[in-house]
Amino acid sequence: MKIAVCIKRVPDTETRIKIAADGRSIDESGIKFVLNPYDEYAVEEALRRKEAAGSGEVVVIALGSDVVQETIRTALAMGVDRGVLLKTDQRVADPLVTARALVAELQTGGYDLILFGKLAIDDYHHAVGPMVAEFLGLPCVSAVVRLELGDGKGTAEREVEGGVEVVEFPLPAVLTADKGLNEPRYPALKGIMAAKKKPLEVKPVTLEPGGLEVLQLALPPERKPGRIVGEGPDAVPALIEALRAEAKVL
Amino acid sequence: MAGVLAILEQRDGVLKKVSYEVVTAARSLADRLGTGVDAIAIGPMALDATSATTFGAEEVVILADDRLTLYQPHLYLRAVVERAKAKDYGAILLSATALGKDLGPRLAARLGCPLAADVAEIEVNDGIVVSRPVYAGKAVCRAKVTAPCCVISLRPNSVTPVEQPRTATLHHAVLGLDSDRPVARTAAMKAPAEAKLDVAEAPIVVSGGRGLKEPGNFTLLEELAHALGAAAVGASRAAVDAGWRPHGDQVGQTGKTVSPGLYFAIGISGAIQHLAGMRTAKVIVAINKDKDAPIFKVADYGIVGDLFEIVPRLTQEIKKLKAGA
Repeated sequence: MKIAVCIKRVPDTETRIKIAADGRSIDESGIKFVLNPYDEYAVEEALRRKEAAGSGEVVVIALGSDVVQETIRTALAMGVDRGVLLKTDQRVADPLVTARALVAELQTGGYDLILFGKLAIDDYHHAVGPMVAEFLGLPCVSAVVRLELGDGKGTAEREVEGGVEVVEFPLPAVLTADKGLNEPRYPALKGIMAAKKKPLEVKPVTLEPGGLEVLQLALPPERKPGRIVGEGPDAVPALIEALRAEAKVL
Repeated sequence: MAGVLAILEQRDGVLKKVSYEVVTAARSLADRLGTGVDAIAIGPMALDATSATTFGAEEVVILADDRLTLYQPHLYLRAVVERAKAKDYGAILLSATALGKDLGPRLAARLGCPLAADVAEIEVNDGIVVSRPVYAGKAVCRAKVTAPCCVISLRPNSVTPVEQPRTATLHHAVLGLDSDRPVARTAAMKAPAEAKLDVAEAPIVVSGGRGLKEPGNFTLLEELAHALGAAAVGASRAAVDAGWRPHGDQVGQTGKTVSPGLYFAIGISGAIQHLAGMRTAKVIVAINKDKDAPIFKVADYGIVGDLFEIVPRLTQEIKKLKAGA
């Protein structure tokens, strides 16, 4: 089984965001960058599927500048066989641009499965996986929490508002992983050592122009300071009164 | 100026509230652009989409077929693409629900136009400018659409539906033959025994964290949610990672970002990734035993103390209030 996983380098969830001097990006100084948490589920799933099949290859592909090599090495340390960096220093605002760049790399790969995280926790687009699937003309299930693969086909479950959709699809297919699909492994020391020797190919790419231009990145407006209405259960009537008369939400 | 298309979402043939949010946003955008609003509704034979006209659509395309009861990505996509290619829209709006998050990017790819996802606000300023929360709400990105068309998915609860009735034309479209391409098909929808609101869509969210101490104690929050009415129970990452609650209920950066009218954070200290996911709630109430917990910095109203004493009292008082109303 040949599996590609498309991954992204993002600021850690505990990061406090500061805006850079250009007013259109974040100040990256002092930020810890990690493999996008949803991509970890995708990498883990790929490794398990390869292990279950007993043979095959797992390849990670990422778009970005040279620093992204570190993120690729994290995936290699988890057990991925090789990595590809589509190298560009351009910032991408339009997910369609990312999808097109990945498609150029993916379409000749002969993959049985192409996996993504359901979203990247920086730009929150939820978009690149389904876009790539449409460009490649492949079946796609997004936000997968359960997966069964059989002979040339699979069944996936995705959580939707008020239920779970059960989706059947033939292979090859594109899937995006949601939290709950599996419990990602931590890279072991042996894996980290081995990752240093695994192939990581760097391919410079030129991106097509996108249809979105970032005008401004700003911190959200501060919430108005609130107040403690009291202590213990005796404060409940005061809270209800405030919600009813002041906030008018009850 | 090319018109605006609103994609409506239904469940069991009834339009969802998010559909009215989308039509309202489409109407407002179209008015500022000096153009019209069409809507497209896809669902089962029993689909009733006439109410879309109440919120400002001038033309409603209805594609009702029992093969479309569940979300079938390729058929829904084909229907919207056909309509979009026939009318050449300047903007296509849908809700950033599970369906919208799947259909939106596919549509953008098919039409070759940009996607602005999970948008909270749309301005017209020499073209369309969208504001969307990024980094789970830790920052807001304002971006200008530089293409002639765009797909915009609208964050649920970010627009209040406004009635502005129009005399509208209804078109009944016909679903053609199914695709012979390899596609993913939704075979079934597993719904819980009791219908339950999703945290991302509910007007009120009652969330619990590590302070609940054990999973069984979430019944306290369920009782409060039940007393409040249209409320969903959410959870912090700590509670989800401990296996107390399903991950679909998680509010925060690796869970859902929510904007309800009223949010209760109970036994949640307020880690930065949680605050990011709920800070756009209109009113926030925090109940925590630690008066220095960061959650009190974003809360409008707080009670310091033992949640096991406070929550049952709160449930009781809410019940009294509702019984009197």
